[in-house]
This record gives sequence, C-alpha cells and structure tokens, in this order.
Amino acid sequence: MQKVVEMKGITKVFPGVKANDDVNFELLKGEIHVLLGENGAGKTTLMNILYGLYQPDAGEIYVNGQKVNIKSPGDAIKLGIGMVHQHFMLVHNFTVAENIVLGSEPKKGIKIDMQKAIKDTQELADRYGFKIDPNAVIEDITVGQQQKVEILKALYRGADILILDEPTAVLTPQEIEELGVILKNLVKEGKSIILITHKLKEVMAMSDRVTIVRRGKVIDTVYTKDTNIDELAEMMVGRKVNLVVQKDEAKPGKVVLKVENISALDHRKLPALKGVNLEVRAGEIVGIAGVDGNGQTELIEVITGLRKPTEGRVYINDKDVTGKTPKDIIEAGVGHIPEDRHKRGLVLKYSLYENAVLGSHYKLPFAKGIMMNYNKIKEYARKLIDEFDVRTPNEEVFASALSGGNQQKFIAAREINKDPELIIAAQPTRGIDVGAIEYIHKRLVEERDKGRAILLVSLELDEILALSDRIAVIYDGQIVDILDAKSATEHELGILMAGGTLKKQA
Amino acid sequence: MANKNTTSSKLRAALNTLIFPLISIVIAMFIAVFFVMWAEGENFFTATITLFQAIWEGSFGTSFSIIETLVFVTPLLFTGLANAVAFKTGLFNIGVEGQFIMGIFAAAAVGLIPGIPAVIHVPLVLISGMLIGALWAAIPGFLKAKVGTNEVINTIMMNFIAMFFVNYMIMGPLNEPGKATTPIIQNSAKLWRFLGEANRVNAGLFIGLLLVVLVYILLWKTTIGYELRAVGLNPHAAEYGGISIKKNIVLAMAISGAIAGLGGAVHVAGIQYQAIQLFGFTGFGFDGIAVALLGKSHPVGVLLSAILFGALNSSSLNLQLANIPKDIVYLIQAIIIIFVAADYIYKWIGEKRKKEAMING
Amino acid sequence: MANGSIPVVVALLAATFRLATPLIFAALGGVISERSGVVNIGLEGIMIVGAFFAVYGSSLTGNPWVGLLFAVISGALVAAIHAVLSIHLKADQTVSGVAINLFAGALTSFLIFKLFGRQGQTDGVAALPYPAEAMAKVPVIGPFLAELNWFVFMAIILVFVVHYVLYYTPLGLRIRAVGEHPKAADTLGINVYKIRYLCVIMSGVFAGLGGATLSIGVMNLFREGMVSGRGFIALAAMIFGNWKPFGAAAASFLFAFAQAFEILAQKFGWALPTEAYLAFPYILTMLALAGFVGKTTPPAADGVPYNKGER
Repeated sequence: MQKVVEMKGITKVFPGVKANDDVNFELLKGEIHVLLGENGAGKTTLMNILYGLYQPDAGEIYVNGQKVNIKSPGDAIKLGIGMVHQHFMLVHNFTVAENIVLGSEPKKGIKIDMQKAIKDTQELADRYGFKIDPNAVIEDITVGQQQKVEILKALYRGADILILDEPTAVLTPQEIEELGVILKNLVKEGKSIILITHKLKEVMAMSDRVTIVRRGKVIDTVYTKDTNIDELAEMMVGRKVNLVVQKDEAKPGKVVLKVENISALDHRKLPALKGVNLEVRAGEIVGIAGVDGNGQTELIEVITGLRKPTEGRVYINDKDVTGKTPKDIIEAGVGHIPEDRHKRGLVLKYSLYENAVLGSHYKLPFAKGIMMNYNKIKEYARKLIDEFDVRTPNEEVFASALSGGNQQKFIAAREINKDPELIIAAQPTRGIDVGAIEYIHKRLVEERDKGRAILLVSLELDEILALSDRIAVIYDGQIVDILDAKSATEHELGILMAGGTLKKQA
Repeated sequence: MANKNTTSSKLRAALNTLIFPLISIVIAMFIAVFFVMWAEGENFFTATITLFQAIWEGSFGTSFSIIETLVFVTPLLFTGLANAVAFKTGLFNIGVEGQFIMGIFAAAAVGLIPGIPAVIHVPLVLISGMLIGALWAAIPGFLKAKVGTNEVINTIMMNFIAMFFVNYMIMGPLNEPGKATTPIIQNSAKLWRFLGEANRVNAGLFIGLLLVVLVYILLWKTTIGYELRAVGLNPHAAEYGGISIKKNIVLAMAISGAIAGLGGAVHVAGIQYQAIQLFGFTGFGFDGIAVALLGKSHPVGVLLSAILFGALNSSSLNLQLANIPKDIVYLIQAIIIIFVAADYIYKWIGEKRKKEAMING
Repeated sequence: MANGSIPVVVALLAATFRLATPLIFAALGGVISERSGVVNIGLEGIMIVGAFFAVYGSSLTGNPWVGLLFAVISGALVAAIHAVLSIHLKADQTVSGVAINLFAGALTSFLIFKLFGRQGQTDGVAALPYPAEAMAKVPVIGPFLAELNWFVFMAIILVFVVHYVLYYTPLGLRIRAVGEHPKAADTLGINVYKIRYLCVIMSGVFAGLGGATLSIGVMNLFREGMVSGRGFIALAAMIFGNWKPFGAAAASFLFAFAQAFEILAQKFGWALPTEAYLAFPYILTMLALAGFVGKTTPPAADGVPYNKGER
C-alpha cells in the first residue's frame, strides 16, 4: 500500500518543552490512522507541523513519496492536506457556503458566484453523505453540523489527506456514529484520514491503525484489530515512576464539600458538566483524575464561584453556596490554588507582598477600613516566603520575576495560610521543578492531617495516585466512578479516563 | 544582598519607565523643529534655538510667565489624574472633557447662590463639581458594567451631550442678559488668588497638587486602589481574589469623573468666575489623556507631564510673538501621543527578544 | 438660484441630503475600517485634513477637482499612520485615533498659517462647480436637484458601491471574515494584515472626501472648527446603522434630518432649543448601544489587534 504521508525524525521544541522528540509517523492510502495520546503528548503539534502552522526544528516530511517543505497552510492545502481543528475556524455569522468558499471563491466577473458556491457545496455534501443546508448560518446549526462544514471546507479545496483534531470532543453519541459513517465514505472515495484523539472507544470503532504518543515520543504503531482498549490504555498512560509520598491513613471526618447534581455550560455555551455528584470530607484528599477538557476546569469554577451552574447545588459545611460570588466562597473558608497561576493565581505586575493578600486584602490586619497596612502585609509576605522556602531576593519583587515553581509555592503558601476548611488544588504542580513538587505534595498531606478537606485536580496520574485517598474519575462532564486510591491501578484509571468501563467481577 | 538588589533594580526599573516618555518628547521636539524651520525659513540650528528660547521664555522666562504657566498647569492636573485613575483600572475615559464641562456648569450655577459664607460656599461649589462629574462618568461606567458597551464611544457621546447641555444652560436659564456667559459668581464662591487679583493663579493649584497626593494614596494605600489596579492589571486574578469587576468599573469611572468635574469647578471658581459659551471643547480633557499617557498614569508622572504640557500651552502666546505659529505646541503634543501610542513597538521589540532568547537558550 | 421661493418640503429634503453627505462619506469609511476589525476614532481628524487639503489643492492649481484629489490622498496618508500604529505596532486603536485627531487639528492650524499666511481660515478658493440652473430644468425634481451638489451624488453612489463590494465580491467576503474571525481567514491563506491596511486606508479616502464636502462642496474655504464633531456623528451613524452601508447612510439621513428640521422649526417658532437637536444623534446612539433601540452587533474582532502565530 502506498504511503501518502511520511514524517521522519520530526523534532519540535517550544520554550521549556520538547513537544515532538524524533517522531516517525506514516499514513497509508485509504486508511484511518489514529494518533493517540494524553494532553501534551505532542499529537496536535505534530499535525500542526504537517499542516504548515509550525515549522519542525528537525526532520523531513514526504507527501506521496516527494520530499516537501510545508511553510504555511497554503502549502499544505496545495499538497492536498486539509485540517479540521479542535476549535472550529468558522465565521459565525456567515452561511455554510460562504465559510466553505472563503478564500477560494468562485467568481462571475467581479462578483462571487454564490449560486455556484451553493451548488458545489450541495454536490460535495451529497457525494460524501452529509446532510447539510448550504444557506444555513453557522451560529444556527449544531456543533456536529459545524464540524461537517469544516470537513467540507477541506474537501472543497481538494484535500485527499484529512487531519481531524479531537473530532468527537464536541459530539453527541449519535453524531459520533454519524461521523464514523462519514469517515468510511471518505475512505471509499480514496481519502486517507488521520484522527487525533484520546478517546479509546472511538479508536477501536473507527480506526485501522493506531500510533501511540507519550511525552513527545512515539511508543508504538499497531493495527487496531490486533489490539484492545486495555493495551492501548496502558501504552497511552505508561509506566511512570511512582512519586513516593509518606502518608498515614486518612482519618476522614465530616463532609466539608458537597456537590449535588451540578450541571454547567462552558464558555462556548456547550454542556461541560452533566450532573456531577461529589463529596469531600475533612481529613481526606479526593483526587479528580481525567483528561483535560472533560469538565474539571468548569467544576472548579462552579465550586469557587467563578461560574454559575445551570442546575444543582454546592454546599460547604452544609451552607448552600451555589452561585455565590468568589468573595463569598473565600469567606466560607475555601482556599484555591488555581490551575492557571498566571491568569488567575497572581497579578504578575504586583509585588509579592501585594499578591500575598489577594483575596484577604480588605480584612484585618491587612487593612483597617479602607486604609491598607502595608507594613503588616509585607511582614505577612515574608512569613509566607520563609515558611514555603520561596526563592526570591525579597517580598518587593514583581511576581513575574519568580520561577514557576516558586510562584506556585507562593500561591500555595497564601492559600494554605488562609486557614481554609477546604483546599482546592487544581494542577498544583503543573510545569514546576521536582523540588517544588515535593514540597507542595508534602504540605498538602500535612494539611490533610490537620483535618482539612482537600480537592485535588490533576492531569498527572502519578500525582493523583500518590496523594489521593479516594479518586474520582471525570469523563465527559460526569464522575464516572470513584475508586479507593489504595487499590486503584493506573491501568483501571486509564480506561475510565478514556471513556471505557471497568468490567466488574460478578 | 537583598537591599542592594532592590534599590539598584528599582532604579533601573524607574529609568526604564522614564526612557520611553523621554524619547517621545525628544522626537516630538525634533520634529517640531522641522516645522519651525519651515515656518521661519531658518536652518536647523537656529530653528532649535528659536523654538526652545520661545518656549522657555513663554513658560518660565519671566515671573509673569511662570504664573501663567501655573494657571495652564492647574486644569491639566485634574484631567490628567482623572484619566490616570481610569487607565489604571483598564478603562479609557475619553469623557473627561465632558465631565470637566459639567463641573464648569455646576460651579457656575452653585456659585451664584447668594448669602452663603465663603467657608461653606467654596467647598459647596467644589463638591457640586465633583458630584456632577462623578454622575456623568458613572452613566457610561454603569452601561459598561451592566450591558458591556464600550466606554469609549459612550463617553465620546456624553462629551457632546454635555457641551450642548451646558451651552443651552448658559444661553438659556442661566444666561447673563446681553452676554454669551452666565453671571459672575458670588465673591464667596471664588477661590483665593494668592498672588493678588491681577495674577490668575489661585488656590485651585494647591487643590490640584493636593489631589496628586490624594490620588497616590488612593491608588497605592487603600483597599479601593488595590482593587482598581488589580482589575486593570489582571481582571481574571482580581475576580479570583473576590474582587468585583463590575463594581470597580463603575467606581473607577465615578472617581475619574469626580476629579474631572472638580477640575471644571476649580476652573470656574478660580479663573473664569463664570461659564462662557463653548464653541468647541475646552481641550483640557483631551490634553489630560496625553498627560496621563505620558506620565504613565502615575500621579508623579502626571504632575511632571502636566507641567510640560502646561508650559507648552502657556508659551504659545510668546511663540506667536516670535512669529512661530502657536499650533506648534499642539503639534508637539499630538506627536508625543503618537509616539506614546507607538510605545508598543518598544514593548513588542522587547518581547520578541525575550522569546528568541527562550527558544535559543 | 433663479426662483425666489422654494416649497418648504423641497428645502427640507435638499438640506437633509446636503447635511447628510459628509456624514455618509465618513460613516462609510468607518464601516469599511471596522468591518475589517480596526476601530477608527480618527475619522474626525481625517475629515479635517481632507477639508483643508481640498482647499489647498484647489488654491494651488485653481482647479477644485485637483483639490478633491488632494483631499483623498491626504486622507489616505493620515489613515496610513493610524494603520501602521494599529496593525503593525499593535497600539491601542483608541489612543491612535485620539492622537490622529489632535494631530490633524494642530497640523491644519499650522498649515493655514504657513500656506495661506492667515490665522483661523484660508482664502476663498474655487469650489466644485455645479450646474444648478441646468438641474433646475429637470422635470418634477428639478427644484430639488438644484439645491444639491456633486458630493451628494457621489455619496449616494458610494453607498451602493460599498454595499456591493462588501456583500457580493470575494474581497468583501474576506474583509468581513477578517473582521469577525481573523484566525479562520488566516488558516485559509488570507492575508489579514494586507486586508486591514487596505480597509483603513480606504476609510481615510472616504473621510477625506467627507471633509472635502464641507470645504469645497458647500463653502469655498477652510475654517478652523468647520468639521465640529461630524466625524463623531459619523461614528454614531455607523454604530446606529449596525455597521452596514445602507444602515449607516440611513442613520446619517436621520441625523441630518434632525439638523435640517431644526432650521425649519425655528422658522415656525417651534421651540426646542438648538442644543437638543445637536445632541439628538449622540443620545440616540447611546440608547442604541445600550440596547434600547434594537440590537447593535459590531464585527466580532473589532478593535483587537491580530497576532499572527499566536499559539
């Protein structure tokens, strides 16, 4: 079988991370080939290189046997490569036909030949079995339909090689089935398809071959019919070094956080949470495991008052805090280490001492009435810095001057010192050095032992396994299962995180 | 190690922030010299001397010119600070001009009330300016917080509405018969001209200077300032920290408007003693934008910029005597703003270098 | 004008058309610029520049059509400054617009002095000639046509042209795409920067024409303060017209009508203070923005500098 795409030795480095490390990938004609991996594994980067959005630092690309240099999407399109991005590139108030022909408009004199555009769109859609109305406006059609428009865009430009990035992320189960049919039709017409996904069920249902990527490296390429979900999960998640955290038995007490049937929409107004139930007790660490984008962010936002839920209730110490402001939530005794320390956790152009009181800046002793007491504030900042061993010349430097690890330690110091009953730690060790990771882990366990309730959200399974007492897996906006950390295995978690189910022994 | 690093790094940081405004001024003056050359037919060297001499003489050369410069600086302190407070919160209050005008109106009206002792009347006049300015600014602020409409367009609209409204009042209900003004305000409402009636400089200058200090305290020493600046620097983090973005938007606009309105009131109570029919905008508000931008929205920067712009404005008369069209002054100001707007090129170059260092390092 | 008295209705209608014309030009300019995603507050300043250079060009050559050319070119150049600041240097587009306004006022003031040796206003020049008497002979609408000038026709034609280009040509589709979702356009190979530059410079051309209308269309000189806020009314018309060419034109007519009506009302002693009429466009726009008069939807990417290659 002919190799339509061959990528050899691709390496791509971004500041601080090797996104693709000597990657080899090939696509055979007429196959549906899945690129499988967790977030940050490097799959999207690799495909962005193929589509000309990035340039590789090393390696070669061959299309239909010819060595090529793809410097822009324009080049990729000319080579017959089309990409459907995870976040759609559609103009919301244009029609389907307008979006499809944008940039390659059929002309009649100086005018756009809209009739032809509509006719061509309809023909294309019919040929591949899409049911679509060329005159519909994008913002009025469903997400599934919008995705079809994106696919048609690529086909209109003569794409023979299609890359779909996380196509099922926004689809309902029925739409996913429809997509499967569409892909098979496309293959019948001689197209070759690359699917980027982390959803194992779809992999098994839709693909011919799978290439598993982990941390920028290719683990293996296998034929789908020769493997199964368990194997794929293992390869995707991998054997990692278990971070050993000294931990006594948890002594859970009363329920501090109760999340009852919470549903919420994300910033695109799509359902992100679909009836989440969760409890966290004093003296325990509950870890939420899941692949990025399954609702963790929205869940944290709902609990901390940064997002209003559409349904359900949140209780902290039996007090109903549903829909209350972040200030109320902070007052209710919640400390929050946010997942994006630059966006939420710090005002980078504020000094450390100004950041030290973010959230408690209006309270005694930091302020009396409206006058702030910066002496006390600086003293407090110094205390935080000492206690958590934050490496900084002093408390006056801008927060932006600190390294990531020290910023995170500082935020943790601030939140823990609020003396909260509930600590929410969202990706607390993302992107920081080992020393800082160890320290934060140690402190979280200490706080647990002091009787605090801790909700941990992390994309790193080893972190979840090392710290949690109970592990809740979130998938597609729901908590699919809650396991006891002592007996849970990476393998089981991997399956749950990817949408599979554990076969319970009868 | 700690202290030495802080002071020297602080000094370096201060220099860094000063450098771009200074460059903007130098470039603007440089370009202005070319215009002078063209106007006068002189060569570069003579033109530079002519220009600088005229500006100096006109602004600080004689005791009278210094006094007049102070008169020109005073309103800019208010409008500059008003804009600075808005900028610090991430808002663009182009409406300072309109709020200033409303302050003029309030003072001209309240100043007419007879039979009030000065010790009450003057504060009353000033407070009325502040309140009306605050209200005038709070409306677009509220619209932005509640409905999300852009404060730029709304405040521009309010500027015009203010001008027309005040003109209507001046020529209608509050009119001094036979004139295009309101009647002169009561003596009890006038601000003290501390260098004698003949010199226009008045207590309003001190109020302005006091305001510089007050705004500094507000922004850097109070919880209000802490929240406003946080909203301006990172609204996401501010929200996370329990700070209400909506409330602070309205509050910042109100404070900004109050300062602007106070400036208008001071202008009437100290200089004009009446409201005069407007044939266009006063220009103080727009100058205030330039002052705030050049001064990087810091009270001290605003003070220095206000002095610069005030000096330029006051020297315009002297420039005309030297046969240099007074518009050179406005040209310099406009070019300064263009370069301040292009400040981004400096930032952008800086960021590009940092990115390259990261990729290569 | 041969006849002594013209029916009031005709006078009102003609005045509306004349007053609306500079607004229509500038508003169309605003529409073009903002449709591509660049906010242009500097329309007022560009109108001032256009008005001045129209007079200068006419005085230099004695030919008012050359004046028109000068207006167009000067408008384009000033807009180009805004374009560089906003698109390439990614400056805050409002600051840039404000700077342009100040710069235009100062520059024209200076140039009156330098190029005409006067202060405050220029000499009279040849205005754009219009065959009023010939027009008056046209059946039925003759008397109405006689009261107009060439700029009025130009403006109306341009409304149709801009509408056509924006909604029927490939260029228009791309412009609108760039204003709504520049990244989508970029991934399809459309040059976002180039389109934005084109649109901003065109907005300068249009605003320059608007300025010329005021100086050599109606009067025959340039006077400081002659634009007096019309650039901002044009912005208001653009917003009120929902960033559509016909909408902006309709809004311009509405605002102009209010002004024309005022002149009529005064004749009849219907007393609403002048200032109420003057404030009318601004109040109406605020109401529109606040959602009280229908929904206004600016282009989605309006005012946001585009960063190619942002992750």
